Amino acid sequence: MTLHLQTEEKQPLSREEILHPHRTLENSKVRTEDFDAWYGNNQVLKKLNIEVREHSVTAIIGPSGCGKSTLIRCLNRMHELVSRARTSGRVMLDGSDIYAKGVDPVTIRRRVGMVFQKPNPFPTMSVYDNVAAGLRLNGERNHSVLDRAVQQSLELAFLWDEVKGDLDKSGASLSGGQQQRLCIARALAVEPEVILMDEPCSALDPIATAKIEELIASIKGNYTVVIVTHNMQQAARVSDFTAFLYLGQLIEYGETTSLFENPVEELTERYLTGKFG
Amino acid sequence: MSNYSMRRFKNKLALWIGALCAALAMIPLVSILYDVVKNGASSLNVDFLTSAPGVIGQAGGGIGPAIQGTLLLVGLTIIMGVPLGVLSGIYLTEFGDNPVGRVIRFLNDVLAEFPSVVIGVVIFTLIVLTFKSFSVIAGALALSIIMLPIITRSTEESLKLVPNSIRDASMALGIRRWRTTLSVVLTTAKSGVVTGILLAIARVAGETAPLVFTILGSQYFFSGLNSPMDALPIRIYRLALLPYPYAQAQGWGAALVLILMVLVVNIGVRLATRGRLYTTRSRA
Amino acid sequence: MLEGLKHPSSDVFFKYGSLVFAASVIGVIALSMVVLVRGAFPALTSFGFRFLTGVDWDAAVGFGALPYILGTLVTASIAIIIGVPISLGIAIFLAEMAPDAIKVAVSNIIELLAAVPSIIYGLWGLYVLRVWVANYVQSPLQNSFGFLPIFSGTSYGLNFLTAGLILAIMIIPTVASISREVMVSVPISQREAAYSVGATRWEVVRMSVLSYSRSGIFGAAVLGLGRAVGETMAVTMVIGGATGASALPTSLFKPGQTMATILVNQLSEAESGSLQLAALLGIGLVLFAIAFSINIVAQLLVWRVLKVQAGAVE
Repeated sequence: MTLHLQTEEKQPLSREEILHPHRTLENSKVRTEDFDAWYGNNQVLKKLNIEVREHSVTAIIGPSGCGKSTLIRCLNRMHELVSRARTSGRVMLDGSDIYAKGVDPVTIRRRVGMVFQKPNPFPTMSVYDNVAAGLRLNGERNHSVLDRAVQQSLELAFLWDEVKGDLDKSGASLSGGQQQRLCIARALAVEPEVILMDEPCSALDPIATAKIEELIASIKGNYTVVIVTHNMQQAARVSDFTAFLYLGQLIEYGETTSLFENPVEELTERYLTGKFG
Repeated sequence: MSNYSMRRFKNKLALWIGALCAALAMIPLVSILYDVVKNGASSLNVDFLTSAPGVIGQAGGGIGPAIQGTLLLVGLTIIMGVPLGVLSGIYLTEFGDNPVGRVIRFLNDVLAEFPSVVIGVVIFTLIVLTFKSFSVIAGALALSIIMLPIITRSTEESLKLVPNSIRDASMALGIRRWRTTLSVVLTTAKSGVVTGILLAIARVAGETAPLVFTILGSQYFFSGLNSPMDALPIRIYRLALLPYPYAQAQGWGAALVLILMVLVVNIGVRLATRGRLYTTRSRA
Repeated sequence: MLEGLKHPSSDVFFKYGSLVFAASVIGVIALSMVVLVRGAFPALTSFGFRFLTGVDWDAAVGFGALPYILGTLVTASIAIIIGVPISLGIAIFLAEMAPDAIKVAVSNIIELLAAVPSIIYGLWGLYVLRVWVANYVQSPLQNSFGFLPIFSGTSYGLNFLTAGLILAIMIIPTVASISREVMVSVPISQREAAYSVGATRWEVVRMSVLSYSRSGIFGAAVLGLGRAVGETMAVTMVIGGATGASALPTSLFKPGQTMATILVNQLSEAESGSLQLAALLGIGLVLFAIAFSINIVAQLLVWRVLKVQAGAVE
């Protein structure tokens, strides 16, 4: 399914492509094409072109207000839930446009899961029901299937050992870090292809943060992860690729090590060295 | 994915059931407006609006005293209820962040939802029985009590929207708290406060039950604050229960006048504020 | 110099002056209670507990409030059974499902419904709704199931069912707009949680919105119950006005009476000092107590949800 990308016509490299060497990745999972997003009259993303490689972790960094959260909310069509929000351009998931006419956002969100800034387990549901929620929506009623999926997801989220005796407890009774891992397990349970994480550790303490970073590293073999973070060290630790956004535009994009060590753009360097942001 | 098409179907179904409920709720409004206009329009003329009711059982006569009474009652209610309500609202916003304030706010919300008939009964016992006479004063008192919690709440909600920086700015000039509140805070929130007052007036103008035991209703024009008096809602009630077609037509006519008064205020306020008071209003 | 440091006395006066006005709410409620208890005293002492359980309404035999208490309960229950589900449908439609333009238009119309005076509902109920109930609900039911006692009765349409229906119509705007407000106050993060696992709009409502706002919606329904219990004029005009044992709600299609309507029908003509007057004030007292309790419960439920959550929604 990614083969046809390689057959695209070869053209001389433009400045854009030199700056953003991963514009034509071999195994692209998600790709935005001239993508714009607005809140009312306020344009928050401008002609954005970015590509995410399958089974990798891509970090999106940038000062607050740069559009990084908006960007990932556009990748599973959550952006449009805000009133007066709109978009233009395309977002290709496995080569087909998720914004094309007739595409149901619900099926997209089923394939592209999301974890939010503040842990948001369903407060009236138990730990078990939280994890099983997505599967049940899809009509899964078989107890042994659900049991297995719940256990697997909680194991992937490094939470199983802590909660296996308390599966009936309310999801809201867990600690903040546990709640966030529960939300990750909930997202993993429906076996999405891509997982979007919107500053998943911003409400957590360092120990809980370390657990989640470890978790991200352990799942990337099977999932494509896009993580927004305001913490540059975190981006450097967990990601394979990093994108730097500023004022709604993609300034620089590349392998994390090279971007952090040898940023091409002056703006990136100034941001990384803490001169602004 | 038949499970998925089922879910999509349920989603559509929920939307249509919701729309159906909304449509169902609107039928009465449409029907009421239609019937009031259809049956009431023919009675409307200057004579009907200005003359006193005729002899019962004979066509003719009008609702002059009722209109006079409603205007008079509303006037008296404003004089008694508005200052009281606005000052209470001021207390709750400016000084009400303490247990006393919370108790008052809570009881105010309870009183706002109180059956108006009970307030009528209380005023009947307290005023009408004591002075052995139905009176305009008793009616206005009952309506003021009904109006008080509504205005208190709308005033509080409007004053709360005034940013503290405005209060600080005024106080920093050495202006006393009470002057700041009355001349700066209240002026800033003026449109909200006035809106609340107008809606409260529209509400009490249509009240009927408490008037039945306070002003009683009358065939005559105003004859003193301590005598019975007519009002539009009471006149509608009396006319509707008469077995004569002319009386029923007059009842619809009076209803048309009342509903016009109430809806003009409501729609006017809504147009003027364009949904700004949406949340504060819907709890009233 | 020191003058300026002294406590500003005009401000103290202003603060406590406005407190006096604000506290008048407490005064009104306390005074109402005292006035009603004192007025009802003769009836309460002559009949004791039988005042609540008796069915007679006759100076020669005695006065009992049971038929009117039951009448209030029956009409209010009909209103809740019919009105609350419709209100919930409207609230879900307005809070979650409808397109923005429709939302604004529909909520404005629903709010106008709340503004129509009770007496006009009564007039419409008497001449329009009553006829509709008599022709399209009562006759078919009586023709097919007339042998059931619950469907027996006169055929004018002045009965418990018509009263309950008009109450249902009248509580819908209140219950719908408060439920809508409660639903809107559910934190966005809760909705996002459901959307992100691939829920449809309706599933988001079911999983996040409804379960999160349960107690507030219950409060809205209780508030609707309070309105239905206290609503007077519209009910007076369509319920028929029976008294005594015949006012007991044994059939949907019988004329009856509620606590509020018997006050309108009889209080202004009751003789000063009579036992009937005391009995009517006793009914007023019972109505006061019921409405007061219902509203306290409702305010606690709604108030807690709206005020507490208002802080939590970023």
